[in-house]
Amino acid sequence: MPEFKLPDPGEGLQEAEIVRWLVAVGDTVAVNDILVEIETAKSLVELPSPYAGVVSALLVAEGEDVAVGTPIIRIGEDDAATEVTTGPVLTEAAAEPVAEPQPSTPAEDAGRTAMLVGYGAKGGAVARRPRKGGGVVAVPETDQVSEAYDTANPVSRKIDEVTPSDRLDATASGDYLPPPGRPSAGARGGRRPLSTPAVRRVARDLGVDLNQLVGSGANGLITAEDVVAAAAGGLPGRDRRSPLRGVRREMFKAMTASLQVPQATAMIEADVTGSVEMLELLKARREFTGLRVSPLLVFAKAACLAISKIPEINSSYDAERDEVVLHGAVNLGIAAATPRGLLVPNIKNAERMNLVELTQALNAMVAVAREGRVQPYDLANGTFTITNIGVFGVDGGTPILSPGEAAIMCLGTIRRKPWVVGTGEDERIEPRSVCTVSLTFDHRLVDGEAASKFLSEVATIMSNPGLALLF
Amino acid sequence: MTEPLPGPDFVQLLDPAGNRVQHPDFSYSGTDADLAADLRDMILARRIDTEATALQRKGELGLWAPLLGQEASQIGSARALRDPDLIVPSYREHGVAWCAGVDPVDLLTTFRGTGMTEWPSRPANFHFYSFVIGAQTLHAVGMAMAQQRDGVVGNPEPADNGATIVYFGDGATSQGDVNEAFIFAASFAAPVVFFCQNNQYAISEPMVLQSKIPLYRRAAGFGFPGIRVDGNDVIAVRAVTAWAMERARRGEGPVLIEAYTYRMGAHTTSDDPTKYRQSAEEDSWRAKDPIERLKTYLTRVGAVDAAWLDAVAAESDALAERMRTGCLALPERGLETFFDQAYADTPELLLRQRDEHLAYEASFEESR
Repeated sequence: MPEFKLPDPGEGLQEAEIVRWLVAVGDTVAVNDILVEIETAKSLVELPSPYAGVVSALLVAEGEDVAVGTPIIRIGEDDAATEVTTGPVLTEAAAEPVAEPQPSTPAEDAGRTAMLVGYGAKGGAVARRPRKGGGVVAVPETDQVSEAYDTANPVSRKIDEVTPSDRLDATASGDYLPPPGRPSAGARGGRRPLSTPAVRRVARDLGVDLNQLVGSGANGLITAEDVVAAAAGGLPGRDRRSPLRGVRREMFKAMTASLQVPQATAMIEADVTGSVEMLELLKARREFTGLRVSPLLVFAKAACLAISKIPEINSSYDAERDEVVLHGAVNLGIAAATPRGLLVPNIKNAERMNLVELTQALNAMVAVAREGRVQPYDLANGTFTITNIGVFGVDGGTPILSPGEAAIMCLGTIRRKPWVVGTGEDERIEPRSVCTVSLTFDHRLVDGEAASKFLSEVATIMSNPGLALLF
Repeated sequence: MTEPLPGPDFVQLLDPAGNRVQHPDFSYSGTDADLAADLRDMILARRIDTEATALQRKGELGLWAPLLGQEASQIGSARALRDPDLIVPSYREHGVAWCAGVDPVDLLTTFRGTGMTEWPSRPANFHFYSFVIGAQTLHAVGMAMAQQRDGVVGNPEPADNGATIVYFGDGATSQGDVNEAFIFAASFAAPVVFFCQNNQYAISEPMVLQSKIPLYRRAAGFGFPGIRVDGNDVIAVRAVTAWAMERARRGEGPVLIEAYTYRMGAHTTSDDPTKYRQSAEEDSWRAKDPIERLKTYLTRVGAVDAAWLDAVAAESDALAERMRTGCLALPERGLETFFDQAYADTPELLLRQRDEHLAYEASFEESR
């Protein structure tokens, strides 16, 4: 007695809902008579009868979801037909069918549980065939397909059904997008390094991170050779060339011009413990709230005071008139490593400032320099410069002059060192904060004595800030 | 889009009510007996189509692309062809295949997944189905250019001449391939007739969204004639196709025919058209059914009668029965056979792949 198994009415569908039976038990049907309406994830379709005969049982009730391959109707003129001609047959019949063995050969069954192209075509067998000699557990392909193509949600809807669209909140979500421009090399989420698909494949195979490479090809294109070389223990040293532009070019010109001047350097090692202690005092005061207070501040103040005693330190040579100019104002330059390169903005009339004003001016200048907003006015007309290479951890150095200035003072890092203090019976070694201060000077304008006196004055003030009252 | 009205720009020789109408440029000179043969072809084509659709619904085919509603376009154009014309179909040309003598059971192999394309394409001059949208237009232009070079175009004796006809849908005209084919055909004056069945939908995309102008007018931009014909009027389709093919055979170059029709069924059996079109639209086209209007005309003039129609119905029942049994009896080819079907001389690489596949198949404990 033939049963009609639910075919796959679409492509690769797993199940369908029995929407409406168009025949009843006892009806006589011909081949291609419509038996039932079913709804799949894709569409509502009518199934035609593959058999002619009398319907003897409907095996699935309306509204039920059934898997492809499940028998849904039995058509045939035999004893079964008489059993179920009366009464509510659906529920009774629906419970029974699956357990009943099918009158087909086992070989046929293997192919006939198919779902992809219907159970008639054996090419759609769903169970993985066992491999010879293999103990691999066969995973039904249907499970895998179910996971990959979940049809829980219908893929389309009737054209007449209108779903109101959701309103989106008009609030920003997430971070702002980065500003336009070149992403830094290796930036996460930025533009990926310039290369070609084939080379990326090579890099993936060799485990080389392209972000870490500098390409040797045109426009920095990373080539396969680059990747292979990197995988073989790194690239050989490679020259990198860049044009000399902007601030770097200015530094190049200024330092070259500087060496036209005969210059000499003197040094002093100063005990700056007194200044460091005084800074702690200043930090606690309200005037300095929100300001950054550093030893540089005290050095700047000390330099201004020392200049008042040794004015040739703050001088320049007017070649046109062949005169020495002792500047009335101290336009105090601070050498700064900025994103653009080395810049020396100066604080105009620094000698007139009290400690609070000088601190404010220094803080403002640092902020401006760090943000790369230094203006030409800030850079012009400097008369004296301090360079603080101590921030880089070095003990000291021999700077060279900013062109047009007579001296530059260089601060080393402040270290705790054993220091001999006291005299006579009282002489002893104490840990002190010590800093090497050097002064490079234009030997045409400043002689060794003046330079030494200047350094000595600065060192005195630094070690005992109270002596500044004497100035 | 407003539907075209009969007139110079819309060739119609038989109106939906079954009345013959005149057209200034086109007429049909055949007999009513010829038209009765067309009617028989259309009825059988529809039966082939409905039977295959039913086979898919029973799970015997993986897929089917129904032609329901496009019988006049297919039978009318196919009956304007003759040896040595070449026919290049897409995947819905079951009616054309019927006219070309392809056994409907052979058509089922691809859709049942038991084989690739099993029909003898060379004797029928009916190329394989193309499932890649529009790709076949380029193939067809190449075949037409080959006909040029083989000297079967523009000979003084008309019977010596042949041309190529290529079938595609409205959706395909949005493809680059089709536009390239137009350009090549125009440049080489290739003897090719581009037969576009505008069935109004590229799956679910309505025509109005695809083209701002009627499709047949695109041909002018490429430099060859375009003409729109009532695709549900088998007489007009036959007349227009005959003119275009004859022109191509004479060596006067390509023509674009837009057969304005309607796909009454789904795009394929996987598609549900109720999701994207209104039933009122389907009803309006049902009133223009290509078979009904020809049946009405031929019955009125007495060319066919109830007995004739009964005979055709019995013939179509027998054909359907043959398809049902033939479908189930289709031999299932091993995958290895496909390696032999792409090349006349199978290259070494494919032979090696075939051997690898055979070894893989042999590694299983049971065969398929």
